[in-house]
Amino acid sequence: MSKLQRKIYSYSFLVPAAIVYIIIFIVPTFLSFFFSLTRWTLSDWEYIGLDNFITFFKEPYLSIGFRNTFIYAVVTCGLKVVLGLLLGVLLTGALRIKNYLRSVVFFPTLVSTIAVGITFSVMMHPTTGLINETLSFFGIKGPDWLGNPSIALLSVAMVDVWKGVGFATVIYIAGIMSIPEQYYEALQIDGGGSWHKFWHIILPLSRPATNSVIILAFIGGLRSFDLIWAMTKGGPGFSTDVIASIIYKQYQAGFYGLSTAGNVILFLFVSLLAFPLSRFLTRKEVDL
Amino acid sequence: MSRKGRLLTIEIVSVALSIILFWVPLYFVILTALKNPQEAARMNLDWPTEIRLWQNIKEVFVFRDYMLVRAFWNSTLLTVLSIVVLTVVSSMAAFVMQRRQDKASPWISFFVLAGLIIPPAVVPTIWVLNGLGLFKTMTGLVLVEVALGFPFCVMLYRGFMGTIPKDIDEAAVVDGYGGYRLFFQIIFPLLKPVTSTIIVTQAVVIFNDFVNPLYFLPGSKNVTLQLTLYNFTSQFISKWNLLFTDILLITIPPLILFIFFNKRIVAGMVAGSVKG
Amino acid sequence: MQRKSIGMILACLLLLAGLLSACGGNNNGNSGGSTSGTNGASEGSSAEKKEKVKLSLLVDNSQDSINIGEALSKAFTEKNPHIEIELETRPQGTEGDNFVKTRLATGDMNDVFFYNSGSLLQALNPEQNLLDLSGEAFLDNLLESYLPVVSSGGKVFGVPFRSSVAGGWFYNKKIYEEHGLSVPKTWDELMANLDKLKGTGVAPIIGSYKDTWTSQLIVLADYYNVQQAEPNFANDYTANKAKYATTPAALRSFQKLGETVGYYNEDLLATTYDTALAMLAEGKGAHYPMLSFAVPVIEQNFPDLIDDIGFFAQPGDDPNKVGLTVWMPDSAYISANTKHPEEAKQFLAFIASVEGAEIISGVTTPSGPFVVKGAELPDDVPQVVKDMMPYFNAEGQTSPALEFLSPVKGPMLEQLTVEVGAGMRSPEDAAALYDQDVAKQAMQLGLEGW
Repeated sequence: MSKLQRKIYSYSFLVPAAIVYIIIFIVPTFLSFFFSLTRWTLSDWEYIGLDNFITFFKEPYLSIGFRNTFIYAVVTCGLKVVLGLLLGVLLTGALRIKNYLRSVVFFPTLVSTIAVGITFSVMMHPTTGLINETLSFFGIKGPDWLGNPSIALLSVAMVDVWKGVGFATVIYIAGIMSIPEQYYEALQIDGGGSWHKFWHIILPLSRPATNSVIILAFIGGLRSFDLIWAMTKGGPGFSTDVIASIIYKQYQAGFYGLSTAGNVILFLFVSLLAFPLSRFLTRKEVDL
Repeated sequence: MSRKGRLLTIEIVSVALSIILFWVPLYFVILTALKNPQEAARMNLDWPTEIRLWQNIKEVFVFRDYMLVRAFWNSTLLTVLSIVVLTVVSSMAAFVMQRRQDKASPWISFFVLAGLIIPPAVVPTIWVLNGLGLFKTMTGLVLVEVALGFPFCVMLYRGFMGTIPKDIDEAAVVDGYGGYRLFFQIIFPLLKPVTSTIIVTQAVVIFNDFVNPLYFLPGSKNVTLQLTLYNFTSQFISKWNLLFTDILLITIPPLILFIFFNKRIVAGMVAGSVKG
Repeated sequence: MQRKSIGMILACLLLLAGLLSACGGNNNGNSGGSTSGTNGASEGSSAEKKEKVKLSLLVDNSQDSINIGEALSKAFTEKNPHIEIELETRPQGTEGDNFVKTRLATGDMNDVFFYNSGSLLQALNPEQNLLDLSGEAFLDNLLESYLPVVSSGGKVFGVPFRSSVAGGWFYNKKIYEEHGLSVPKTWDELMANLDKLKGTGVAPIIGSYKDTWTSQLIVLADYYNVQQAEPNFANDYTANKAKYATTPAALRSFQKLGETVGYYNEDLLATTYDTALAMLAEGKGAHYPMLSFAVPVIEQNFPDLIDDIGFFAQPGDDPNKVGLTVWMPDSAYISANTKHPEEAKQFLAFIASVEGAEIISGVTTPSGPFVVKGAELPDDVPQVVKDMMPYFNAEGQTSPALEFLSPVKGPMLEQLTVEVGAGMRSPEDAAALYDQDVAKQAMQLGLEGW
């Protein structure tokens, strides 16, 4: 690179962003490794070694937290990929009402998570909620969506998908629309049907979109907190607790060191799953 | 079945599904906001005997010394300030990151992209902000929103920047432009499509943000809309009409944004994310 | 060229700084605006030569606390026109605990704040964060039994801003009459009453586990019975010698909760505190284990139905040893960082006076006796409060709840009691997990012997 170019593309452009990003994000991330080893009141700390981690792993509900975090991420991510792809294909096709459907599907992504959480928890009320009232009209006794510990997490995950599928759909629409015309023309010459078109052109060529959706939705799922907190606060009992909600509870209790240890664990958990996943996906992309 | 018939079937089914899945919840929210407390408590879709939306709106606004007005102001301030800072700093950073390749580049990219994956360390951030005197201040929260939104915006900007030919830069340099003049007078205007995508998506994210105000801006003087909504759930107990009026009011700003920028969003995504 | 780029950097930084200071300045602008308002408002008292002082008071956002806070502030400012009090509210429950802790830890607590007494106070690190009131004359107005719950390390930190609160069982008298039931003297009699109500269309017990804190009541209100069997439990518990899981009398509290499984309303997990009170008043449920601070709420929302509500202490196994578990009043504290310690103390002295207590009973129904000497309950308190008085008036028929006798209380109890009450976990298991949770709390507080 020439000297002139170095001058034009000066690193001074990075300075404002770097100041904010380093102070507010990078520094606290590194500090968290230290503070997770302390008993901490914000004003002073006492080094206690790995005690916080031991306590955290002894938490009887932590294993539930790990399992729930993983299930939640996989379920929401999987459904968003499948439904997003289907909707993406449908909404780039010949439907006359596709603009209407695009708007409708995308709208929930713009509504506040808390508002969505409150609305759905009211609709999922076991006796007076809209969903079960409707079911009982057809003679079906609906379950206690958020109160039954074995389905509460899935109920929240469904609402998450309802809210987030619009975003996945838009990514897929963008991906499918950027597939060059000549592929379809070639298909017409070969005489393949629409199933053929989906399987041999759209699916492989929207691969980058799939990767974006998987990574964004999976990481989002692993870190999710606000919808769960607005709908169940981790309950009943601990049955919808995820790592992020456990961290928040420790923070609420004033156990700052312990909460930070939880943060470090989440950090490792997310990194161990997300970095290899993204590497795996991008390598596949290159092979294609 | 004929091709046309099949198309029509799909259309009818998808409209029916869209009504059940999307319009009914929205209708439920609006309807409950029209009702009186007793009817709202029944949580059903019956048409109210009296429509008292206006009275409900007034009650929600007056509640707790006009807390909602304060919250609207705070949320707007937070969103606008964060967006301005965010677009400026991340487009600048993306410019150099996309254009310049040297030994430091992979490291910079790594640290920025790590921000997309790593969950923020909350309590240490509080500690740092408190040390700087920024905890519980709007400034502090704006900085947090900027730091957390930065990686995503850089990614979009960088993707789009790749579509702007380098020839433009070279021509500008020949004309005697410096780096900053080149960027602000030529490149930044060319980024307009992706800038508007970022403004819309990030405005919605920040406006709807619940977690960061919860952690970094506690206190009833500086509540944001999402926090009022969350707190109202414990205070409006048995006044579902007011709670849903609040939900309705909070949904209006994103709705307006949506109506104006609906097309832009998809266009911007096509331009930015996938190519990036 | 070089100069230009530096200029641009500066411009950018200035832009940034300008934006930031714009919003910083805004905050100042707000507070500036309100102080000028103060001066205008208190013009009438220009005869006062004392310097104007503004205290800020933090209360939780329940209507009751706000009413009390407003009434006390108003009456106090009338007597001391140079001191104005500004009210700020915070969330309730664990969210509120967190709010208070964060404010104290970051050194910007309001001058005066209302908060729980007992173990929750101990978790605030009072000796470091709160103003010591020891030796103040107004403490002499308070009952001896109250002072320990606002003390730490021999220093006193708070004064009561409410009456004391009883924990036990509310019941609907109409339902009791209709089914020919009588107030149970033992746990077995209570269970028999519940059995008679099963299948009658009313919920034998109302549960409101959507508000998780309400699920703890049966365990916590059983403490009188624990203390009867194990008088030393609180001390041994604090010293890490006694455990819930291994002390039969204490484990019994969890088991009692376990025995109530199946007697609750069907939508137990989706019901809120507020809905539960409505169900009790309207006769959709027969019993509601709750703290007596629910009385003013019921009276406010259902003034016609308040006389249908009665109250009894949670019974033990011996009909001759029935007694009440009592929650000491929440208290007002002064932050150690206050700039106006003298004025804040004046305010606390006012709260702790008979006059203060009268103002409090003027805006809210007392939920039990006051701990201010000479402060009497008004004669027109509803019957449900009168139901509690025999326990208070007799010798040895009350015991403070455990959280006022021991600083250790685990934060996880409410989730565990939800699980037990909803039949998701056995009482024995929950008691053992709670012991672990308590150990965690003691460790985080750095208590001796854990």
